[in-house]
Amino acid sequence: MSEVLTFKLILVFSIFGVTLLIAMYSTYLERKVAAFIQDRVGPDRAGPFGLLQPLADGVKMFMKEEIIPNVSNKFLFIVGPCVAMLTAIMAGVVIPWGGTLTINGTQYNLQIADLNIGILYIFGVVSIGVYGIMIGGWASNNKFSLLGAIRASAQMISYELAMGLSIIALIMITGTLSLQEIAAQQGGGVGSDWNMWNIVYQPIGFMIFIICAFAECNRMPFDLPETETELVGGYHTEYSSMKLGFYLFAEYINMFTSSAVMATLYFGGYNIPFINDLGLDPNVATILGTVFFFMKIGFFIFFFMWIRWTLPRFRYDQLMNLGWKILIPLAIANVAVTGLVMILMD
Amino acid sequence: MTLYAFYFISFLAVLSALMVVFSRNPIHSVLYLVITFFCVACHYLLLNAQFLAAVHVIVYAGAIMVLFLYVIMLLNLNKDDESQKSNLWKAGAVITSGLLLVVFVGALRGAEAESVSFASSNNTGLVKNLGRLLFNEFLLPFEIVSILLLAAMVGAVMLGKTHMKRAKEIAHEKNGRGSVASARGIGNIKELTK
Amino acid sequence: MTSLSGRSKVVVKKEMTLAERMYLPAILGGVIITLKHLFKRKATVKYPEKKREFSAVWRGQHVLKRDDKGAERCTACGLCAVACPAEAITMTAGERKKGEENLYREEKYATTYEINMLRCIFCGLCEEACPKEAIFLTDRLVPTEFGRGEFIYGKDKLVEPVDNRVDVTKRQTPAVLEFKKHKNLSHNR
Repeated sequence: MSEVLTFKLILVFSIFGVTLLIAMYSTYLERKVAAFIQDRVGPDRAGPFGLLQPLADGVKMFMKEEIIPNVSNKFLFIVGPCVAMLTAIMAGVVIPWGGTLTINGTQYNLQIADLNIGILYIFGVVSIGVYGIMIGGWASNNKFSLLGAIRASAQMISYELAMGLSIIALIMITGTLSLQEIAAQQGGGVGSDWNMWNIVYQPIGFMIFIICAFAECNRMPFDLPETETELVGGYHTEYSSMKLGFYLFAEYINMFTSSAVMATLYFGGYNIPFINDLGLDPNVATILGTVFFFMKIGFFIFFFMWIRWTLPRFRYDQLMNLGWKILIPLAIANVAVTGLVMILMD
Repeated sequence: MTLYAFYFISFLAVLSALMVVFSRNPIHSVLYLVITFFCVACHYLLLNAQFLAAVHVIVYAGAIMVLFLYVIMLLNLNKDDESQKSNLWKAGAVITSGLLLVVFVGALRGAEAESVSFASSNNTGLVKNLGRLLFNEFLLPFEIVSILLLAAMVGAVMLGKTHMKRAKEIAHEKNGRGSVASARGIGNIKELTK
Repeated sequence: MTSLSGRSKVVVKKEMTLAERMYLPAILGGVIITLKHLFKRKATVKYPEKKREFSAVWRGQHVLKRDDKGAERCTACGLCAVACPAEAITMTAGERKKGEENLYREEKYATTYEINMLRCIFCGLCEEACPKEAIFLTDRLVPTEFGRGEFIYGKDKLVEPVDNRVDVTKRQTPAVLEFKKHKNLSHNR
């Protein structure tokens, strides 16, 4: 028992560390991708290829003067970024980072907690994430922050619906809400246990999901809550120092977790196709699978950035039209068609 | 252990529920209500009803309270423009809520206290069992609830439609009188809300 | 109006087709364009390590030249100040004393000579106006400062040191040299 507990503790801390590390280097990657797409070089001064840039940014963030506006609600002003960061990190709990490791005859799952409502847990945490933005925006006592907060809340609620509906079709196929089981279902070798990734069965569902993920993370085509050109900085206009850092960090962590969720739900999670047929040691296969999983996550993070530097921002009415009039009907149709096909296949 | 957790969460729930009523700032009230909902979700978890807990958080804390917060932020309620209620109103409110309390107490006194097993082996709250229950035993109430929601939705759409119609009519009248005012825009909405 | 380049397109406002209204093909096209740029050669010049060459006609920080013997050429005639469109140049004239012949070439010289580098637009008209070939623009950059006052350059910064002459041969283009030969022009007398 205590060994399992120790393992889980190590897992919790390593995932916490890896999440923060990836979020840190996402900022670096973002600047590099932006630069490369615009035919520039990007940060290259701090360390080789500018690899120490995130550290330099972090030091800068900590050293900056911390300003709390006089007219703000001081307690909520501090609570805002804390909630944003907390909910962002909490989502990683139910994601299966790999298969099972066997150490000294004991099997360890590379997942912190296998809830049988894994997807719903993530939805719950994400829906709480709005409060971070709303509280912070309101407590700033600044009209731009308030507008950003209001935009964020309306946008997130609208897109959560379409996101949930797109997932329902997937859940109908998999028959479970546990992310561990969904990931395991997509594995297999050449033999009788041959399974396709879910993207093959749910391409439209995936499309809707990824669009909604962009909106939920406040990423570029839908970054209305923090439009620099209209709202100065949106909900984090009044923030400085590490509290601003928390908001920015939370955004990148959200991006990381949503990439992980997408990879788990639609792209086979930690499974490498045909890995079972190579006859590798199970532990080696598990570690390879985890590496492969992080590669998938990396691709999705890159995709987030790639889209950001390609598409212009939506107008707010366009955003609402897309969410309510296109994505939700499409998602409902997707659910209906999936159900019909499932009945016909039986 | 579970018992202590229960007492702690219940204490928190009651405390935050009281704070909802007593805090002067409506935003604070909403945030305390969110905490209350979390405590209720924790109670569900103690009963091993994970699905209910998750849905409770998503729907109540994640969606409905966000909408509340949204509306309160838009209304910009302040201490200074809080309308002063007359004593007559206050007395009326006290009498009404007192009557409600009497009704509740009466209803609860009549109900038989059934023994409910709180054992953690009770798996009714898990998704599969809950789904079976809902779609077999309680199918009719479940569907009636969905009709209730549908009615609410239709009502909302109807309200929106009549607003749109009136807005168009007003715009038409204005244009007929030779005014330059455009058919859309905030001006008309303000006129409607008067 | 006919298009000279032949690249102009006539904008037609028409109903979009279904494929166009789905935007996905257009988004795909955009994404491919950005992907191509990802692998293109970068336009950046990494400055402190790699410096771009100045053009031959680059006009940078001014210099007040000395003649071959080391005497200042400027005679404080004020033509540069008059020519300056930005009103950046001021000076005061003084009379040369006995024993200063090796310092100043002419009998009249500039006791102070100031150029406000914040006003200067580096047009080169002072250089063109100068009849004594005393002021030139060079390929040096005006360094940044913290205060505005430090941008007013006096003679200490403008006159070239005797032992460290500034090369202005780049400014002596064939056209300029040819022009200077015509002694009948008042400018060159």
